[in-house]
Amino acid sequence: MTGVNSFSRYRELLLKSLKEKVVDTMKKGYFGQWGGAYIPEVLHATFVELNKAYDLARTDKKFWQEYVDFMQNYSCRPTPLTYAENLSDHLGGARIYIKREDLNHTGAHKANNVMGQGLLVKRMGKKRVIAETGAGQHGVATATMAAKFGFECTIYMGEEDVLRQRPNVFWMEKLGATVVPVTDGSRTLKDAMNEAFRDWVSSMDTTHYVIGTVCGPHPFPEMVAWFQSIIGIEAREQILKQFGKLPSRVYACVGGGSNAMGIFQGFLQDEGVELVGVEAGGKGLETGMHASRMVGGKSQPGVAQGYKTMFLQSDEGQMLDTHSIAAGLDYVGVSPILVDLGEKGRVRFESATDEAVLEALSLSMRTEGIIPALESSHGFVQAIKEAPKMQRDEAIIINMSGRGDKDIFTIAHAYDDPSWKEFIIQRAEEYKNRV
Amino acid sequence: MTLQQELRKRLEHKSILLMTHLVLGYPSFEVNKEVIRQMAENGVDCIELQIPFSEPIADGPVISKANQKSLQNGTTVRECILFAEQMAVEFPQVHFLFMTYYNIVYKYGERAFLEKTKKIGFTGTIIGDLPPEEGQSYVAASRELDLAPIVFFTPTSTFERMQDVAKYGEGFVYCVARKGVTGKQTALDEHVAVYLEQCRKATDLPLAVGFGISGAADVQKLQGRADMAVIGTATIRLVDEKGPSAVGAFIAGLRD
Repeated sequence: MTGVNSFSRYRELLLKSLKEKVVDTMKKGYFGQWGGAYIPEVLHATFVELNKAYDLARTDKKFWQEYVDFMQNYSCRPTPLTYAENLSDHLGGARIYIKREDLNHTGAHKANNVMGQGLLVKRMGKKRVIAETGAGQHGVATATMAAKFGFECTIYMGEEDVLRQRPNVFWMEKLGATVVPVTDGSRTLKDAMNEAFRDWVSSMDTTHYVIGTVCGPHPFPEMVAWFQSIIGIEAREQILKQFGKLPSRVYACVGGGSNAMGIFQGFLQDEGVELVGVEAGGKGLETGMHASRMVGGKSQPGVAQGYKTMFLQSDEGQMLDTHSIAAGLDYVGVSPILVDLGEKGRVRFESATDEAVLEALSLSMRTEGIIPALESSHGFVQAIKEAPKMQRDEAIIINMSGRGDKDIFTIAHAYDDPSWKEFIIQRAEEYKNRV
Repeated sequence: MTLQQELRKRLEHKSILLMTHLVLGYPSFEVNKEVIRQMAENGVDCIELQIPFSEPIADGPVISKANQKSLQNGTTVRECILFAEQMAVEFPQVHFLFMTYYNIVYKYGERAFLEKTKKIGFTGTIIGDLPPEEGQSYVAASRELDLAPIVFFTPTSTFERMQDVAKYGEGFVYCVARKGVTGKQTALDEHVAVYLEQCRKATDLPLAVGFGISGAADVQKLQGRADMAVIGTATIRLVDEKGPSAVGAFIAGLRD
């Protein structure tokens, strides 16, 4: 990386491409017909304030500079682009590069957004942050940011997820956050998001709601995409330097869509670069146990959680339960920006089943010594499928949004690993005996 | 006569009007019907019937749970509308409004939903997550059909915002008494009095005050400051705890 100057140059390009290709001529906060701000009236003034702060920050070069400096010092940016030589040789075909968002502080791309919003909160003079979390990654990142910046912090997490993701709950609490288990609805991510909104409608004077993905009411999709664009800006420069030309395809997993939007933005204006988003196919699209909004034809346009997008919902508009081996992809909605890019044919969507994800994860570990998170492994599945059919002089990039090793409980459980289970049983016995 | 005119007429004989609320299908349509009968017989002026939604972000724990339980019972939007139609026929002395979230309306078809609402004899709609900026076509269609799209004032609204929002409303303005979600007690203090004065200056529409209004003392305090008191969570709690038969006396005791 040549440092900071390159950021502002790319930023301008990006904004131009975003304006032309994404933001369209529609009203503010809309991407094609998707997005908007469907908020209770009581939050109107809060959103006016947030939009103002965001607009000021976006046009202030010093803010981006401050953000980049902070991310370099605190979160290992720029993250490397690793040439996966062994995996490429093993598969034949295109050369595979991996963008290492796993090397961010807290182990995932989530830090990019959270730290950016943290700097914005400082500017707004608020003292408390709240967040929703599914798997707990965004919760841990937010709790980390709050500790670093000295904010009070409350994390809403579905009761189901609190039980499934104990290690992340442990870290959030140790970092000083209060974790509130949410007992409403399906007790997962969307319910945590609803509960965070309920907190916000009474606490907005002192509190900022750090939405974790490119969803929710305007300006969140655009703002979170802006902070995450740092991934794509770096990746484009890195691939040009290392490979000498642009990649043919870029792969990213899509839950809400923040890591995908992050890397895709770097290549939006490069028409020769195909952008591929990979959703959670769960136990298979035909089983209904999945979280695929863009493929499979099961989702419908709707308005919930403050924005209009494609939701997995009933014909009457009630949201459905979703399933994925990766909690971070287990969500009913998807970024309005990605839906628009999909409609415009700029992003191709695919889905990967739980089973295929575990296979891809194993292959990545054995050939490269790299442990992608279950979420990120979805991107690997599709890349591994397509790379062998491509030419040796082509490159592809997989955005590795997070690392898997810290989710040892989840991944060991997913592999149904016998010796791990034995260890847990033994440890449990030990604790029992002590009590 | 428009809803606003109807309410004004009632205010000639009453010091304050009452609007109550219930979640359709919770705990059951049979109980809903009994509760509505008791409300109607004890002089309630308006009733909001909430069509349950899986993501009720503006509602507190009591109403959220009621939404969820109703959906678990298998309540459908179509059933809600059929039931609503019967209620409008059976209790013509009450002005009924649908309360819900926008996705329910959107999925039904905005125009179709409003036409149906009109056809079954309802007078308006209250949508918790549809600000005027996003609801232009909804407001226009409501007006065309002579339905009242209810708008909200809140303690965070500036005076300018109130004036803007009021332009999109008909019937009455729903003044949220405090920040937060439904169902928490509101202290009806000087702040609320000042806020309601602001509301009054911002619009000619009648003012309905809700969020945390739970008993006769609250209703009394609102007399002279507002035109209608909204009782939401309190009756749901009452039905949960004492059954539908307790509703009549509760409602009768709210106004002298």
